[in-house]
Amino acid sequence: MLGQGTEASLFIDIAFWLLAISSIVAAVAVVQMQNLFRAALFLVVSFLAVAGMFVLLRAEFLAAVQVLIYVGAISVLIIFAILMTGEVERGSAAHSMRIPVGILAALFGAAAIFVAVDTNWLILDDVLREGSLSAGVENEIKKVFSNTIPSIGRLLVQDFVLAFEVASVVLLAAIIGALALIRER
Amino acid sequence: MSLENFLIVSAILFSIGLYGALSKRNAIAVLMSVELMFNAVNLAAVAFSRYTVPAALANTGSRAPDIAQSLLTGQIFAIFIITIAAAEVALGLAIVIAIYRSRSTIFVTDAAQMKK
Repeated sequence: MLGQGTEASLFIDIAFWLLAISSIVAAVAVVQMQNLFRAALFLVVSFLAVAGMFVLLRAEFLAAVQVLIYVGAISVLIIFAILMTGEVERGSAAHSMRIPVGILAALFGAAAIFVAVDTNWLILDDVLREGSLSAGVENEIKKVFSNTIPSIGRLLVQDFVLAFEVASVVLLAAIIGALALIRER
Repeated sequence: MSLENFLIVSAILFSIGLYGALSKRNAIAVLMSVELMFNAVNLAAVAFSRYTVPAALANTGSRAPDIAQSLLTGQIFAIFIITIAAAEVALGLAIVIAIYRSRSTIFVTDAAQMKK
């Protein structure tokens, strides 16, 4: 419907299911692995699968950001922390409350899935198919989704400029805070 | 492949992360589970941004809204969530290493008090 009309093709469906299954399997491995180092590596697999789903959702910029920040930076930080604390061999056992916690998480997931399936979402592709939008708006929607990066850049420095600046202050505070916490006395 | 598929994957990832965050004893494993939850939320935000029609666009009134803003707010939210997640994980790991230095354990059950 949007762009090149690849939305409904079999290839896209296969890609979605591969990415969905690999992200969920990797996430299960993250919480089930006793070896922390391997859990961190499976976390990278899960991040990469979610990045692939971002590409399917026409968020190419976010996919690149996901690979750079999550796969590149955050997982390296986590692996360094695992190596520095030397807790790999002691493993990451679950404590005794894991069964009630598992039931709680399963209930939460079931409720979220129920809401997602039961709600009558107003889907963009259906609205476009009905053709109730004016031709100008329709063209504009297709233009935005054919390349989202210019629009994201414009929005970040226009409509969301305050949040953008506050985010930089938050990052600065985090850097200073992390350095102060970790300093040798 | 529709909005519901992405939301179901997101809900499953979030519940796995929730289980991990509440059941693990190792603080780094808790942090990794929190990252899984952040990822699930990002996926849901981007899926909403791609599939749903904002109210401003749906009622074809006289005044044309900023279409890019209506459609891409979910993606902008995801960018800010990633930024905050980066800050959070840096601080969290700094706290973990500080705790490890002071009492040579990173099990959350052993470090219930801030003071030694």
